[in-house]
Amino acid sequence: MTATPETETKFALEASGITVQFGGLVAVNDVTFLIPEGGIVSLIGPNGAGKTTFFNVLTGLYKPTKGVVQLGAENITGLAPHTIASKGLGRTFQNIRLFGLMTATENVMVAMHSKTKAGLIPTIFSFPSQRREEKEAREKARELLDFVGIGSTADDYARNLSYGDQRRLEIARALALQPKVVLLDEPTAGMNPNESAQFVEFVHEMRDVRKISVLLIEHDMSVVMRVSERITVLDRGEKIAEGSPDEIRNDQRVIEAYLGKTGTEGSAR
Amino acid sequence: MATVDKPVKDIAAAGPPELTSHNRKWIIGFLVAVAAVYVMYQLILPELNDSVNKSVEKWLPLTSVNESLVWVICAIGLNIVVGYAGLLDLGYVAFWAIGGYTAGWLMSEFFFNVDINILGGGKPGATGIHINFWLVLLIAGLFCALWGIIIGAPTLRLKSDYLAIVTLGFGEIIPQVFYNGDDIFGQNITNGIKGIAPVDDITLPGLLPGVPSSLGVFDLEIKFIVYVLIAVLAVFISLRIRTGRLGRAWLAIREDELAASMMGVPLMKTKLAAYAVGAFMGGLGGVAFATQVNGVFADRFNFAISITLLAMVVLGGMGNVWGVIMGALLLSWFNSTALPNIVNSTDGFRPEALSFGVISYLIFGLILVLMMLFRREGLFPETRTRQILHEEERTESEDLHHDLEEQ
Repeated sequence: MTATPETETKFALEASGITVQFGGLVAVNDVTFLIPEGGIVSLIGPNGAGKTTFFNVLTGLYKPTKGVVQLGAENITGLAPHTIASKGLGRTFQNIRLFGLMTATENVMVAMHSKTKAGLIPTIFSFPSQRREEKEAREKARELLDFVGIGSTADDYARNLSYGDQRRLEIARALALQPKVVLLDEPTAGMNPNESAQFVEFVHEMRDVRKISVLLIEHDMSVVMRVSERITVLDRGEKIAEGSPDEIRNDQRVIEAYLGKTGTEGSAR
Repeated sequence: MATVDKPVKDIAAAGPPELTSHNRKWIIGFLVAVAAVYVMYQLILPELNDSVNKSVEKWLPLTSVNESLVWVICAIGLNIVVGYAGLLDLGYVAFWAIGGYTAGWLMSEFFFNVDINILGGGKPGATGIHINFWLVLLIAGLFCALWGIIIGAPTLRLKSDYLAIVTLGFGEIIPQVFYNGDDIFGQNITNGIKGIAPVDDITLPGLLPGVPSSLGVFDLEIKFIVYVLIAVLAVFISLRIRTGRLGRAWLAIREDELAASMMGVPLMKTKLAAYAVGAFMGGLGGVAFATQVNGVFADRFNFAISITLLAMVVLGGMGNVWGVIMGALLLSWFNSTALPNIVNSTDGFRPEALSFGVISYLIFGLILVLMMLFRREGLFPETRTRQILHEEERTESEDLHHDLEEQ
């Protein structure tokens, strides 16, 4: 039994004291990071700051050298990626990684793998329970596609979708895990300002309707400032600042580390 | 039918998954083919004169049809591993061999000091283990599935090329074990190079009039039907699983392993399932083969079988069961019948140096190369794969065009 102390804000995800070492290189050094329930937080930092490494620790791709990751009340440190995913951590990818030769619906249904249970024998003999489960999964997938606004492409192969629709499909797929937290890895990369603005609205809608917490990694500062409630800044593996968008905007260390030195490179992406 | 622009409605989207119009066409096609072959050998051929009879006997002997059905069963199994889950397996012959020896052990007089008979087809009074053919099918399938898991558990952690090499190793090791298995700690397990022969007849319920209750060496027409039934079972299983939850997970792993694991698909478990189901069918094929050649012989299970099976899957159309069936039928027929006939017809004016083996490998290799040059997606590719192969060329040229514009 883990008795979590009742605090005023509950956290959907807590990563405390995360350190990741690759040989002699310390990629992430003692970073503590919290996502409040229903919050939208961003992780920013110049290239090579350790954002992706940190992300990979949360999703279970890397095991942290030190530190603990908690999803809700559960310790998920060092669990396999698929276990973490099934416990309610959805993600999208910086370079879209859909299952290209599967339809949009199938893509979403893959993410329901851990929520469905039909085994070999029920599938081979098509038991009523299996048929019902398939039908429900398909309906739920259609619902999610409608929710992200690409319901009309349900039967198209993912690789044939437009770039923007592929990004949406990735989000629908992540939502199919019924996540507590969704991690979005540079979701507006390649979007024009108009699409980015729509995306900001969409993130808020997603949070409000589906009651989930959102973590963004993002390079586009206009998106970060508009969408996030809290921002954490990493630089060279260390957390150098944390606070509301306004605080971050005026933080001297951030301006130096991020905008001052490599800011032009960052905003060009 | 499928067009390149707009994908056909996905199989999973419409009604009972394995009965789309696309699939139905194939099913009817194959049923007609089966009926035609059966009627031809059973009813028409005996009525015809000798010359027709002889040329059919030369170009399409029933033994070669039956043998190709065994290949079909195994190719469908390999297709699950390679075509569905995208795991390159170069040692599939191991499962064929294990299935074959299971039949050898359970359906012969090999273990002469025991006397077990479960609805078996052994001769009256014979000792040894004699278990009913249909039971042995199930046992061999499950036994192979178990071995699939045993072999898969350590090897499936490897990726692509490394996995291929290790499966290659197992494909060599297991037949070698059977080959040298006549003295394992003083026990004769496999009878070594002599093999186990003969195996029992296939027994039938004997409910149909005119159908014998046990199939001897020469009941080829009925055996044909039996093998067709097993192949149908393999097709049925693979289609059903393919459209279900597990099949989707396989496809997802084939498409993007990392993304699949991040979406909650347990990689190890799902891959092992592919191995187990694939091996199950290898077991079916092994038992069928044992009854077809009436015995199991260690030297028949060599590396060439793994490669030929892989060629069948690739040439037929990876991932598409119907394509794989066509690939297996064609290649097997070509290997066992067409090639020898073609080469033999050049006897006399063929240079002495070009032996039968040289020519047959030459032609076989040439066909493979030509296929890969002009139709690398296979004869009957999966709708999905057909898409990618025809589109990529377009996208590549578009990209090129794009680059040129920018410069």
